[in-house]
Amino acid sequence: MNARSILTPPKPARDRLVDRREVLAGAGVLAFVISGARGARAETGAGRAAVIADPPPLVPTAQFQDAFQKIVGSGTPIEGRLVLELPEDAENGNIVPYKISAESPMTEADHIQRIHLLSTQNPQASVATFHLTTLSGKAAVSGRMRLAKTQEVVAVAVTSDNALLVARQVVAVGIGGCGVD
Amino acid sequence: MPATKPRVRFPEQAAAGEIIEIKALITHVMETGNRKDAEGQPIPRNIIHTFTAHYDGDLIFTAELGSGISANPFLSFFFRVPGPGELWVSWKDDEGGETVERYPLNVV
Repeated sequence: MNARSILTPPKPARDRLVDRREVLAGAGVLAFVISGARGARAETGAGRAAVIADPPPLVPTAQFQDAFQKIVGSGTPIEGRLVLELPEDAENGNIVPYKISAESPMTEADHIQRIHLLSTQNPQASVATFHLTTLSGKAAVSGRMRLAKTQEVVAVAVTSDNALLVARQVVAVGIGGCGVD
Repeated sequence: MPATKPRVRFPEQAAAGEIIEIKALITHVMETGNRKDAEGQPIPRNIIHTFTAHYDGDLIFTAELGSGISANPFLSFFFRVPGPGELWVSWKDDEGGETVERYPLNVV
């Protein structure tokens, strides 16, 4: 399975990473480059500059891909209606504030049923699942999460008519959380 | 280690129909299960796996939490106040502990 195709259309993902390349290079966090980039570097011999010019995708864990697939099934998630707010740079991966929200009247006929918060690089992909009700009044939840390393965080919401909304945010992590080395 | 010091914040008074923010914080280690002790033995997972909020018996909000939630879990969510009543919040952890707090709401 192509990891990028289920997670992110190639163009937007690349745009995001390219936008952030100076920041990433400046912060010296290029250590997260994955095998594809290492291969490219070896082949071209151009070293760091080549990697910076064309950053690799952050390949999600198999666990993330399974979890995402279970939520989405054969549906097509819609971009843009769900908002996921996270810091672009998190010094401390143990405490990363997140906020997820969507415009919704939260009525019986039209509400957000649940919101999944997923990590693409943590040892456990499923970070939290929030179940909302018409008593919620507003489709918004926030808290604090752990990020093991630099990665894309993904939120998927399921509406009362089973539409799927998705939002993504890349977070550069200084010191990783999750209690793994 | 059990959960301690639950703290829940919401407006001191609310009108019927108003949407208010509820913030809930509790002290808990949220041990991930990924770590090892000094002897190299895995430290068993102990996290708050479920948080729920009810109002007079009706469910407002549930959060199923994983080990990717930070220690001392904080949650903020919203609630459309239907009228006078009592807010019940509950945290359940892997060691079988449950902390339940009840708060009457001052509805004007």
